This record gives sequence, structure tokens and C-alpha cells, in this order.
Amino acid sequence: MAIIERPSVTTTPAVIAPATPSSSLGTLRRPVTTGGWKAWLFTVDHKKLGIMYMATALFFFIVGGLEAVLIRLQLAAPNGKVLNADLYNQMFTMHATTMVFLFVMPMAAGLANYFIPLQIGARDVAFPRINAFSFWAFLFGGIFLNLAWLLGGAADGGWFMYAPNSGPIFSPSHGIDFWALGLQITGIASLAGAVNLITTVLNMRAPGMSLMRMPIFTWMQLVVQFLLLFAVPVITVALFLLSFQRNFGATFFDVSAGADPLLWQHLFWIFGHPEVYILILPSFGVISEVLPVFSRKPLFGYPFVVFSDAAIGFVGWGVWAHHMFASGLGPVSVAVFSISTMAIAVPTGVKIVNWTMTIWGGKLEFTVAMKFAVGLIVLFTIGGLSGVTHSVAPSDTQQTDTYYIVAHFHYVLFGGAIFGLFSGFYYWWPKVFGKLLNEKLGTWNFWLMVIGMNMTFGPMHILGLQGQPRRMYQWTEARAGEGFFNLGFWNLFASIGSLVLTIGVLLFLINIVITARNGKVSPLDPWDARSLEWMTTNPPKEHNFDSIPTVSHLDEFFHRKYEEDANGQMVKVKSAEQVLKELEDNADAHIHMPSPSYWPIVLAAGLPVICFGVIYSIPIAIFGGVIVLFGCYGWAIEPSTAPDDDFDPPVTTKDVVHVG
Amino acid sequence: MTADSHADSHGAAHTSTGLSNNKLGMWLFLGSECLLFGGLISTYMLYRGRVGEGPRPSQVFDIPFTSVSSFVLLMSSLTMVLAVSAAHKGDERNTSLWVAITALLGATFVGGQVYEFTAFYNEGMGFTTSLFSSSFYVLTGFHGVHVTVGIIMLMSTVGILKRSKVPGSKAETVEMIGLYWHFVDVVWIIIFTLIYLIPA
Repeated sequence: MAIIERPSVTTTPAVIAPATPSSSLGTLRRPVTTGGWKAWLFTVDHKKLGIMYMATALFFFIVGGLEAVLIRLQLAAPNGKVLNADLYNQMFTMHATTMVFLFVMPMAAGLANYFIPLQIGARDVAFPRINAFSFWAFLFGGIFLNLAWLLGGAADGGWFMYAPNSGPIFSPSHGIDFWALGLQITGIASLAGAVNLITTVLNMRAPGMSLMRMPIFTWMQLVVQFLLLFAVPVITVALFLLSFQRNFGATFFDVSAGADPLLWQHLFWIFGHPEVYILILPSFGVISEVLPVFSRKPLFGYPFVVFSDAAIGFVGWGVWAHHMFASGLGPVSVAVFSISTMAIAVPTGVKIVNWTMTIWGGKLEFTVAMKFAVGLIVLFTIGGLSGVTHSVAPSDTQQTDTYYIVAHFHYVLFGGAIFGLFSGFYYWWPKVFGKLLNEKLGTWNFWLMVIGMNMTFGPMHILGLQGQPRRMYQWTEARAGEGFFNLGFWNLFASIGSLVLTIGVLLFLINIVITARNGKVSPLDPWDARSLEWMTTNPPKEHNFDSIPTVSHLDEFFHRKYEEDANGQMVKVKSAEQVLKELEDNADAHIHMPSPSYWPIVLAAGLPVICFGVIYSIPIAIFGGVIVLFGCYGWAIEPSTAPDDDFDPPVTTKDVVHVG
Repeated sequence: MTADSHADSHGAAHTSTGLSNNKLGMWLFLGSECLLFGGLISTYMLYRGRVGEGPRPSQVFDIPFTSVSSFVLLMSSLTMVLAVSAAHKGDERNTSLWVAITALLGATFVGGQVYEFTAFYNEGMGFTTSLFSSSFYVLTGFHGVHVTVGIIMLMSTVGILKRSKVPGSKAETVEMIGLYWHFVDVVWIIIFTLIYLIPA
């Protein structure tokens, strides 16, 4: 595709016809689409891909949410009849898998895709086509995982898929085959994304932006991507071993053949524990942006937040066996992992102190984004405290496999990760779509989610300490107990809570629709924000910045707007519009953006075909392999940016030539 | 994922680290690969004594044979270095020559591995015979696939270089494949030592 983008002082871009594209591989020409669905299908633009990531993740959030509601309906009354035992097993397995791998991770990846280049003053990511490939691999992997519902039943071994439940005897359907292979595909997506985003952050920062001037969200995402880079290959090994066992007759986790089932647990949790930081740190990043903006103060102790973040990135690798205290590791291992687990609470505690001190004495403005951010601090702290009780091994052996654990990780993941993401939605919506989400509806959205989540997950502490086991598909009145500890009452209460929560989330979806129809158009800088992503139009131009800003401060945008007066007070000296005007006046003359490509989607489409073949018939897998090989060659031969002779002749007028 | 990340003529010019995006990306990918092989090696080390009814490692391994094929693979790292050096000098003829020789040495190694697997199979060590055999085939098989992917990349480079269709800097493309190739060789040194040289 031909693109010449020439930003100019005028704001109305003129579009001229593209030049003839060169062919790649002799057969396929570069996509030249400038609009419609094709512009999305073949795009390599990090912003479009970010939106696609987030839209897909939101869809899977609804799917996972419906699965959760079915679970709660089943448990609302004794002898639940909504689901049978088999379907119940599939439901909780896929609920967790969907929420972890298909909602929180890609949603965070979507935010990272969209905002990292903007926050570091770059025009795109380091490898735009790999970025597109990551998205398509994630999408196809997610679809592949869920295909099992239609093809004989979904995975039913629990999201951590312990042996022997993962073996063919306990799970004869193809569900776990789809699960293992589907997660391989999404794993490839995460890995490619990690390589891409780390390279972007390390290599493509605007001049003057040292690591310690980097916006905190980007910092947190950098740590997350490193965790992904090293954690994903470990689960890849585990999933390969599982597939070899289920599809090719190996016995890696089969005790009767002399295998050690703990091998799976170790491999899974060496991935699985860094994974929980992969889930929570992006949300920490979001609220570390939101709290300073709405407190009108800089983030308290930025270096402490950065280094405690990095500390989590390291110590996170040394705590995995606390998921296995009940498996008989031996006293030394248990003691070591118990202590390291208590230690990792410290850097998290540091952050909570920093956030609290950021709010302290600030001029607080309780927008919905701020409400969700404060909600995160409170709810995550509750979940963190119950987490510390697990680190005490004797206490953990009492809690293992009870609803107490379920309560804990829903407080940290729902109250933590998801509240952070919602805070980000309300904060960045105007940046992405140019319109403000409705604040009034957002407030209802927030409070219903707070009430619903506490009603749902709060009683689970009581249920768990009373001994209600996880993954139990029915409970009976005879064993429900009495008085305050009556399981019947609290189970019903939690189920009602889940409906309140559902209404809360529904209000968010309604808010999206209302905002899209007739939402308030956002001013350039609606929140008086601090970081670089706000130093461009809403939504940003395709090339993000007319000229790449030179950074001289942490919170660069703030320091361009505010200066210290004689009394040491920060006073506003420039409006956001003026700051933007300065950038536009110095617009770069010639900006080449990476060109769209067919190959990412072709390459990604080969992966589920291979996996399908592994389950059903090897010739299909070979066909998938051919697609992948074809994709690789097309990709390798095609230049990532169309060559110069592929561009239109230079335009000498001041018009913006904006194609694609 | 690796053969196809080529220099973006606009992005490669100046970077914050001074290292080109492609090279940094390749290093990160190789860092990730360490953990992949780490997991596979751990599995093998756990299971190498569990032979069940099947043959023991010492009964099937032909150490002199594998030493020779390992030597061939290590020599291919040398020819790879010569290829990269020729590429940096812009000497296209020698680049193609050394790249082709590297691929040939790699193919010799893979051929040796195929021969070895066949011999083991005939001696009664199938993929599902024992935990030892499964984990042995998975670990060495993964390594063999990595070498094969490397060979495909090398051969493709020869073809693409001839038609000078490779986008971006040619020398960097060769150098990146070189990084991958050396990594695969280093991994083999570890695997060879652990599997063949240290008795179970």
C-alpha cells in the first residue's frame, strides 16, 4: 500500500489515490485498502490492533461472565439442577481459562499495544506485522479453545489441569486436547507480543526519555512482558508433554507408568505464579497513572514504585511452590517457599503505601476512573491480606481447595485486575474514541460492581473456612450447618451477588452503546493529564505525533503545561491545545508508516489448522504446516514498509496525504 | 517468527539502545528459548533413570557416533561465523557459499540424528517404551526441529540472496540467523553433555 503522510498545519486531511503496490511472492499484491473491514483485517497499526484486542477480550469477558453466572445459579440452592456434574466441570474450567487467558491477558495486551507507543513517543511498535500476527493468533487460539464446546465437550480438568484429571481416563473427550493446543496458540501470541513490546520500549523511546522518565504504566507493562517472555515457554513445555501424552501415547504424568505427577504441577506453577503478576501488574500500571492525575499530584515515590515493580518481577519466580504446599514437598521446601511468599508481599505493600501517599493531601476529583482506582486499592488489599494467610503453610493446608482460596483470588483478580482495567476504560476512552463515557452511568456501574463483588466473593471466605470445597458441583442441606455459618444462606447470598455484579457489568456495556450514539465529545485534555499519550489528538492521528517530542521530565506533558511560579506553586502556563500546536507547527516533513500486510493473518490462520490436525488427522496438520510455511515466505520477502518506488511522487503542497 | 522479522528501513536507523530492533528482538526470543529447553532438560533429567522394561541409556547410546555428529554441528558454527563475516564485507558469493556449507553441516547432523533414532527404535526403544525414551525423544527431537528450522532459514537465505529479494540489510539478516544457529549449537553442547557424557 502506498502511504505518504504529510502532517500539516491544516487539520483536514486530503486523501489521494494510492500508487500501484508492488507484488510480494509474485502472486499476492500488498493490500491497498483504505477503509471498511479490510482496513482492519490487514492492518498493522498498533492502535487498530489495540482496539481489536480489547473488543475481543471484552467479548470473552462476557462469555466467561455467563459461565460464572451459571456456576453460581447451580450453587444457589441445595442439590442444584442447572448443570450436571460433567457440564459443571467444563464450566468452571472454561470460566477460569477464559477469564485468565482470553480476557485479562489480552485486555492488558490491548492497552499495552495502544498506549505504550503513545506513552514513549513512538509512531508504532518495533515489529508492526508481528503485532498483527499476535492479535490474530490470540483470536484464533481463543476460538479454537471454545470450539470444544461444540465438538464433544470442553476441557474439564480445572484451569490448572492436574494429573490424573488431565489424562484420557478421567477426561475421554477432546476437551483437554483443544485446551492444551488452544493455549499453545495463545502462548505463541503472548510470546511474540512480549518480544515486540520489550523491543519497542527499550529501543523506540522519544529522545530524552530515559528509563526513569518513562510513564509508570509503560514500566509495569515492561516488567509484565519480561515475565511473559520467560514464563510462557515453561507452560509451552508442559502443554507439549500433555499433548504428547494424550495424542501420542507418552506417559509423562501417568503414575501407573512410574511418572511423577508433580512434574506437571511444578511446570504449571513456574509459569502460573509469574502469571498472576502478569494479570495484576498492568492494572497497577493503570491506577498509577490515574491516581496522580485525579489527585493533582505526581506519583509519590516514582522510583520506589518502579523498583518494587522490578522486585516483583524477580521474586515472582521464587514463590511458585506455595501453590503446592498440600502436595508433600517436604519441610525445607515448604519453609523456603513460605518465607519467599511472605517476602513478595513487601513490594506490593510498598505500592499500596505509594498510592495512598499519592492521594494524601491531593485535590481529589472522584471521576469514575478514580473511583475504580481507589476501589482497587481497597479490594486488592483485602485480597492481599487473605493471600498472606496462605503463605503460612499450616494455615494454607487448612484452606487448600476450599472456597477461601476462591475468595482470595477473586478479590485480587476481580477487585484488583478487573477494577484496574475498568479504571483504564473510563480514563482512556476519550483518548481512543474521542468521546467521554457517561460519568453518571459509570458511577452506577462502579457501585453495583463493588457491591456485587463483595456480596459474591466476601461470603466465600466464610464458606471456605467452614470447609466447602472448590469445584463441588452440588451441596446438600444435610451438611449445610446452622446459624451464621449456614452454607445455604451464604451460597444463596453469593449467587444473588453475582447477579448484582452482572447488572453492574451490563451498565458498562450500555454505557458504551450510549456513548457511541450520543456521547459527549471529549476536549483535547479532559483530565488535565500528565503523560505523553495525551499530547496528541483524540483519537490520535495514524502516525501518533506530527513531530516526535523531546522529553526532559517525568510527566512531560504536565511540565509543558505547568511551570513553577515565584512561590514555588505549579501554575498552568499553556493549554493542551497550545502544546499540541507547537508539535504540529514543527511537523516532520516525511513520515512513512508501516504498510498493511496479508501475511500476519495468513500465518496465524495456519496454527489452528495444525492443531485441528493433531487431534483428528495428521494430513490436516500437514496442510496447516504448509499454510504456515507459505505465510513465512510471503512475510520474509515482503518489506515491512513499502519501498520508495511504491510511494506516490512527492507532494509539494501543504496538503496532508493520508491513505489507509 | 524469526526468519521473517526484517529490517524496517525507517525504524532501524536510530534506537535508544543502539542495537537494531531486529537484533534485540532475536536476543529476547533466544532468552525465551532458554526456558523452553530448560523445561525439556528438567523433564529428561527427572526421567532418565526410569527405563521400565525398555533398554537402559548405556545399552543403546553409541557415544563415538554421536560425538562425531556433534563435532560436525559445532564446526557449522565456524562456517556460520565465516558467512556472517563475508556478509559484513558485502561479499555475496562467499556469503552464499558459507551459508550453504553451514546448512549442509547442519543437515549432516540431522541426518545422523535420524539414523540414531532409527537404530534406537530397532533396538526396542520406541517413543512410548518408557519415561526415559519419551523424554529422550522429546528433548532431542525438539533440538532436531530447531536445527531443521535453522537449515530451512539458511537455504532460504541462499535463494533469496541470489535473487537479491531480501528486504532490509542483507548482512543483518545473515547475522540474525547466525545468532539463532549459534544458540542451537550451544544448547546441543549442554544436551550432549547431560544425555550422553554424564552416566545416569
